[in-house]
Amino acid sequence: MKRVVSKNILLHYPKEHTEKPIISNLIKRYDLTVNISRARIGQDEEGTMVIEISGKKDDLDAGLNYLRDIGLSYKPISMIVQRVDDKCTHCSACTVVCPSGALVIENRASMEVIFKQDKCIGCGLCIPACPYSAMVMSE
Amino acid sequence: MPKTIEEINAKIRERKAVVFTAEEIIPYVEEKGPKKTADSVDVVTTGTFSPMCSSGAFLNVGHTAPRMKIQKAWLNGVAAYGGIAACDIYLGAAQIHDEDVANKIYPGRFEYGGGHVIEDLISGKDVLLRATSYGTDCYPRKELETYIRLKDLNQAFLMNPRNCYQNYNVAVNCSSRVIYTYLGVLQPNMGNMNFSSAGQLSPLLNDPFLRTIGIGTRIFLGGNIGYVVWEGTQHNPTVERNGFGVPVEGAGTIAVIGDMKAMNARYVKGVSMLGYGVSLAIGIGIPIPILDEEMVRFVSIRDEDIVAPVIDYSDPYPNRRSEIIAHVNYRDLRNGVVEVLEKQVQAASLSSYPMAREIAHTLKEWVEKGMFFLSERVCALPGADSGQAFKPLEIRKERGDLR
Repeated sequence: MKRVVSKNILLHYPKEHTEKPIISNLIKRYDLTVNISRARIGQDEEGTMVIEISGKKDDLDAGLNYLRDIGLSYKPISMIVQRVDDKCTHCSACTVVCPSGALVIENRASMEVIFKQDKCIGCGLCIPACPYSAMVMSE
Repeated sequence: MPKTIEEINAKIRERKAVVFTAEEIIPYVEEKGPKKTADSVDVVTTGTFSPMCSSGAFLNVGHTAPRMKIQKAWLNGVAAYGGIAACDIYLGAAQIHDEDVANKIYPGRFEYGGGHVIEDLISGKDVLLRATSYGTDCYPRKELETYIRLKDLNQAFLMNPRNCYQNYNVAVNCSSRVIYTYLGVLQPNMGNMNFSSAGQLSPLLNDPFLRTIGIGTRIFLGGNIGYVVWEGTQHNPTVERNGFGVPVEGAGTIAVIGDMKAMNARYVKGVSMLGYGVSLAIGIGIPIPILDEEMVRFVSIRDEDIVAPVIDYSDPYPNRRSEIIAHVNYRDLRNGVVEVLEKQVQAASLSSYPMAREIAHTLKEWVEKGMFFLSERVCALPGADSGQAFKPLEIRKERGDLR
């Protein structure tokens, strides 16, 4: 039996695709397991989704080809996101783009933004959203 | 008994001044009452740290041999204005790098601009100055390329035409696509709301009628001493106010000045706003003298007493339609979730509250240690009864001054 491989990807959904059963197709047609870490998609809106896809290597490749063929762009998530603490001013601009709750304010009295590395899914959405370039992607 | 600024300064000199931050004073007034507070407290310190466009730096770089009348100049590739004098230039915080692709690749990253050059100079880094000119008999040089650093410049001062906005909009996006604004990334269908004010710590919200803040007021600016020099651009003191006298939208602003050589880069940071551009975040703190009970009432303002308008930045704002969706208060905003139009919306701030608090505490320490004295303002800024409003620009194609 072939080894099961998995991949974390950040999927970008253009507006015209939001009504299509894409995730269902990945599961049914390509025999893949899809674990949705986070999704922000609504009716007639563009959106993003962070998913972990796993299955046999051939199935996984075919599934990813399917996404490309129908015009969905995605990027693999293999790097880790880190915070350069002395650049962070604790403004909280990142907290509304972080899909996994890794960048949060827990103490509303101190208003300090905490970065929980273990909750970070490495999607990198915080990097361009940080006005102070405090979030970086590294190997 | 009402106090004078002179009396407060005498106490500061003896290191006997009683100083609170604008946050600490709130429970104190609740416990002691306004009369006792007015008698016992001398100064309340405020603070704010936020991206503030309409900032920039005047630099005198000195004369080269042979001399040059700088016409066009660039600092690390960012254009500065040279039309002032031979070797005076003004670098605007919002100027993007000449080679930035801007929003041609949308949303643009705007990784380096005027604000970043200012931060680099204050950090002590060498910055590449490139300049061109047409040459004159007295200033023959036509081209220049040299590294410069802050300590070698004759003068380098921040001269920010508009800082310290007294209250501001809360931005949402009611469209169906993500938008990128100077108030950050706004998710579709009111997916989030972004604001930018230090609320109860914010300088001008603690003196809502600008009774003590005016031309000549000594302030904390970028980690050292600075001064208020004028009303800020877009100063709008005649807006509607709530029962606490606090404007319910963007209102007063101040123009400030300070020596860059004495500043600390911790409080002066270049800002990159995705899809929008570059700016400068700067720390400002203003001491409020507690002259009497009225000043106590002003400084005891709480986040829940300050409301801001929620504005849709997808269509009404860009088209200058003043449609206010709702008013929300800063206590709810700072709690992180606000209900608007029956929807729970996540709120985030572009202004750093922890930095605002740090600035208010630093200024408090300076006053307590006798290192910072209050100044009597030289002249008041236009106030609530001035009739002065923030006017729009109506486009007209024909001259109106010809008959």
